[in-house]
Amino acid sequence: MSMERSNHNQMRFDLEIIASWIEPGSKVLDLGCGEGDLLRFLKDHKNVTGTGIEHDEAKVAQCVEKGVTILQGDINEEILDYPDGCFDYVILSQTLQQVYAPSELIRSMLRIGKKGVVSFPNFSHWKVRLQLLLSGYAPITPQLPYEWYNTPNIRVITLKDFRKYSKKVDFEILKEVAINTQNGAKWGSVIKILPNLRANYGIFLIGRV
Amino acid sequence: MSEYIEHDKNGVSVGLVEKQFYTFAHPPNEMILENGTKLGPITLAYETYGTLNPRRDNAILILHALSGDSHVAGYYSNDDSKPGWWDIMVGPGKGIDTNKYFVVCSNILGSCMGSTGPCTINPETVLPYALDFPMVTIGDMVRAQMALMDYLEIDKILAVIGGSIGGMQVLEWCVKYPQKVVSAIPLASTTRHSALAIAFNEVARQAIMADPNWNNGNYYSGDKPDLGLAVARMIGHITYLSDESMRRKFGRRLQTRSNFSFNFDADFQVESYLRYQGTKFVERFDANSFLYITKAADYYDLEYQYGDGSAVKAFSKVKAKFLVVSFTSDWLYPTYQSKAMVQAMKKNGLDVSFCEIEAAWGHDAFLLPSERLSALIKGFLGRVHGEIQP
Repeated sequence: MSMERSNHNQMRFDLEIIASWIEPGSKVLDLGCGEGDLLRFLKDHKNVTGTGIEHDEAKVAQCVEKGVTILQGDINEEILDYPDGCFDYVILSQTLQQVYAPSELIRSMLRIGKKGVVSFPNFSHWKVRLQLLLSGYAPITPQLPYEWYNTPNIRVITLKDFRKYSKKVDFEILKEVAINTQNGAKWGSVIKILPNLRANYGIFLIGRV
Repeated sequence: MSEYIEHDKNGVSVGLVEKQFYTFAHPPNEMILENGTKLGPITLAYETYGTLNPRRDNAILILHALSGDSHVAGYYSNDDSKPGWWDIMVGPGKGIDTNKYFVVCSNILGSCMGSTGPCTINPETVLPYALDFPMVTIGDMVRAQMALMDYLEIDKILAVIGGSIGGMQVLEWCVKYPQKVVSAIPLASTTRHSALAIAFNEVARQAIMADPNWNNGNYYSGDKPDLGLAVARMIGHITYLSDESMRRKFGRRLQTRSNFSFNFDADFQVESYLRYQGTKFVERFDANSFLYITKAADYYDLEYQYGDGSAVKAFSKVKAKFLVVSFTSDWLYPTYQSKAMVQAMKKNGLDVSFCEIEAAWGHDAFLLPSERLSALIKGFLGRVHGEIQP
């Protein structure tokens, strides 16, 4: 059974779910925040004090124009400057698959943040499996729309992989939601049955063990 | 409104403006400077644009760099050929919108564009101060600006904004008067000069002092050290550009000739450009002011003065929200220096935004038209002004 949800606040469906997990009035760091939509939403609707980190100058400028506090830089380096526990949440939305040293980053997230939010495209979706099985080519999906030679996504991760990984890196999964949504879409559905096969994104709330 | 509204290519201008003066620290209540000496009376030349709102919460203080003045925007008269030095940024609807904000800029203490400096008459001797002028610091400049803010009855400044040495004053404002500053925008700036920056300043000062006309600073009744000051300005201009901008602007192109002169004329365009900049500068700037201001900038060390050597400690009492901006090709105040201050702000839990703008024009980039910079400043100011509304 899947639960349909719609979004009236004009934010991406996955970001809407992340926003619903954030306690009002908390302090949030968004790693790879893009144009700052999530932070702007959290500021307007949840009175959140937020900071974003983004590499791209044009996106940084868009954040400032939106009134979002933003640092231009590399998430792996910028995260090192913050004191322990200075954020309530550190968010890594749809970026884990591009991170070179994920364990170090996740440890840093839980050092400076009380909780972390990690989301990524699920590589074990049945369409991905079927593409590889039938065509023999590396799968290309709306969530991972690149050829092997031009993809920024250096890692393929499944929902099961991430659960197993939590034991290795020693963090706790506090909450998880598997969803089906189109790229950038404001609507989608939560997948409860066979999520590893049917969901195209996973969103995890993680904490220190 | 002035006729310039019609033809100002960088957008609508603030129109006609007037330089004003505020004199304070009259004896026996002179200002005691950081080096312990007394100075007074002190005059600051300043200009204002826009209107202070009834809540008095829309004041912006702009802090100029080495050779700037209080004339940020607009024109003094209808015959004026050039607007103020940051007219592209300050005006109706511009990055710093004079329809929304009340903008103040004063000429720095020690300068020669209307404020008290070495070329001012010393009331005790009735001669120009020359080298009797005390060594003023960035901190002294800011304390003088504070006196002006008191006079204008501005209790809280929405934003202090400045580039280069103006950026040092921005930082000084934030650490010295944390309760007064809501937000701050240091552009292409640093908490302290690198050896490279000090070195260039020293060569420039030596050029002035080597000019026989300098005469230990006593030249106000005779010939001025124009050659020395021109060379000093030429050195400065090299540091404001970049390898790339000089390649694009001049390359090895020759100036109004097709072959080398095989003498010491200005063969290359870059030589001609520097000579022109040097000659133009001596018409408006005082050599002693150049010595004093560059020395003040070299002495400035926020970490040492406020944090026992630690930038993190230096920012520990600061309350302001920051927008820090650097430029990729700026080799005088490179990005790593902006990033270092950002790091110290982060460690103090301050609200700081940082952007490194891709620009080929070196240190000068902060004064050149940039839609990116205008949009950044406009967005940031809009936000911080919104956040203090009841």
